[in-house]
Amino acid sequence: MHTKPEGCFSEEPVVIKTEVLTKKYGKISAVDSMNLEVKEGEIFGLLGPNGAGKTTLISMLCTILKPTSGKAWVNGFDIVKDPGKVRKSIGIVFQSPSVDDLLTGRENLQMHNLLFGVPREIRKQRISEVLSIVNLEKRADDLVNTYSGGMRRRLELARGIMHHPKILFLDEPTLGLDPQTREHIWEYISDLAVKECMTVMLTTHYMEEAENLCDRIAIIDYGKIVVLDSPSELKNQIVGDVVKLKLRTPDTEALKKLEYVRKIEVKEGLLYLSIKDASKHLQDLLTHTGPIDFVEVRSGTLNDVFMHYTGREIREGEAEGGFWERMMKK
Amino acid sequence: MSEIEGIYAIWLREAKIYMREKERVISSIVSPLLWIFAFGAGVGSTIETIEGYNYQVFIYPGVIVMTVLFASLFYGVYIIWDRKLDFLKEVLVAPVSRASVFAGKVLGGATDAMIQVVFLLIIGLFISVPLTPLVIIKAFLMLLLISIAMVSIGLVIGANLKSPEGFTLVINFVMWPMFFFSGALFPVGNLSGWLYAVTFINPLTYGVDAVRGIILGTHQFPILLDVAVMFVFAVIAMGIGVLSFRRM
Ligand SMILES: Nc1ncnc2c1ncn2[C@@H]1O[C@H](COP(=O)(O)OP(=O)(O)OP(=O)(O)O)[C@@H](O)[C@H]1O
Ligand SMILES: [Mg+2]
Repeated sequence: MHTKPEGCFSEEPVVIKTEVLTKKYGKISAVDSMNLEVKEGEIFGLLGPNGAGKTTLISMLCTILKPTSGKAWVNGFDIVKDPGKVRKSIGIVFQSPSVDDLLTGRENLQMHNLLFGVPREIRKQRISEVLSIVNLEKRADDLVNTYSGGMRRRLELARGIMHHPKILFLDEPTLGLDPQTREHIWEYISDLAVKECMTVMLTTHYMEEAENLCDRIAIIDYGKIVVLDSPSELKNQIVGDVVKLKLRTPDTEALKKLEYVRKIEVKEGLLYLSIKDASKHLQDLLTHTGPIDFVEVRSGTLNDVFMHYTGREIREGEAEGGFWERMMKK
Repeated sequence: MSEIEGIYAIWLREAKIYMREKERVISSIVSPLLWIFAFGAGVGSTIETIEGYNYQVFIYPGVIVMTVLFASLFYGVYIIWDRKLDFLKEVLVAPVSRASVFAGKVLGGATDAMIQVVFLLIIGLFISVPLTPLVIIKAFLMLLLISIAMVSIGLVIGANLKSPEGFTLVINFVMWPMFFFSGALFPVGNLSGWLYAVTFINPLTYGVDAVRGIILGTHQFPILLDVAVMFVFAVIAMGIGVLSFRRM
């Protein structure tokens, strides 16, 4: 896990702050009264299913989308009143590609250097630095429209981090990238976070990535934060361990009464139990299950946490009919 | 400093892309050639002379202005493509003011148009248009002013619309009336009644008048008035342009 940079905390350690920030598209609240604080030097992950509102949140924070209501500050500057100063503080890699097809990779980077005010003396060096991180040195002078999808993505990443912003927004940055490139990039970014005290807000659908990198994670759904904590806390609180069982007599009533069983799911004839601490309770658990055909124990992952908070099983069972409410809206 | 570099960055990108899209360069040079040689020579054969010049030479200033008008206004469509291809976002999150982004785009569009102007001025030398170095410089500057005004108008329309089709529709309503009631192809004095009045509120009339005055020496208004009208028009158009870019 990413270790917090030492001594980089300025007097005002909160660098991203939102207050009941809301963006509505017609009746849909893409971001719904969100309150959030991100500290300086933190790597902060936003997880959520498609349409949860991650991109909308980031777009507002980087001033290309105006909130419907609520407030937000980035690096201490109001995103609506002071967008220019916000832009001076940030870098962003968009979810949708935004490199220029008719320029070469290098030209895209040169343009970015000029637009983002990278000092003249270090421009060349920065360009070769990021090109080597994303492994594009050999293709740097080809037009971008001859690149593969992953290569474009890499160029985009190189561009986003090139000016060493104070706050970096990454919207699904590693989508479609090969594992080597991903590793490289995360190394470089973690390194920047430590050395330059850069704050990173990222979204990803790769749970492992989020788990390894992020200091804190917010799981959001329907524009609201469902839960926010460090990856290890999230796992401890919710899943603990997962026990997969096949019972001869599928009767779960007895199991529901056990205090250490947090959640029971049946999928394809198998029983999935979320258990606080399997190594301690497994023996006891098996005395309540009756004869079994099969048992497997594994420790919980962020994926389990994610499914717990946003999975369909929960959604359909919601007392308020949240699921149907959404269906009607759409 | 960084604002100037921002303007330069945007201009440079526009210039590079223009040179790389061969179709753009070719099409923008072919159509004025057709006007001068096909239309000018064709219609010219049925008309004796206008104000002492054969028709081909008489419409030469008008054709240059027309080329500038078309190229400059249509340039606004590229902002829509930039947005569609999401490239615009990169520019919009950059820490340069929207005024600079606008200025870079205006310069980019004006560069497109002025490359065509240079080409047409060279043609002019071959069809016995009276061009001296001083005339060429004066005409160039006047055409640049017209171009800046018209690029601004095009960008205002582009910044406020979402689709290229919508842009084409709107631009036709702007471009053709401006063109026909500017005296580019015939002396407006021949128009009657309210049509003649329309030419007075058309800013392009003054642009055409100035360019014709500079090149052929015949003009309806004092050239200083022409320049002043065009200048004020350009300033207003740029003002609206910057506002439109701020809202993007
Ligand atoms: N321009 C728009 N017009 C209307 N609705 C929009 C627009 N942009 C986003 N939305 C809606 O806002 C909601 C949130 O979208 P957003 O793009 O923020 O999701 P996301 O969390 O980034 O999803 P993904 O994981 O698919 O990228 C969705 O319901 C989407 O349909
Ligand atoms: Mg998204």
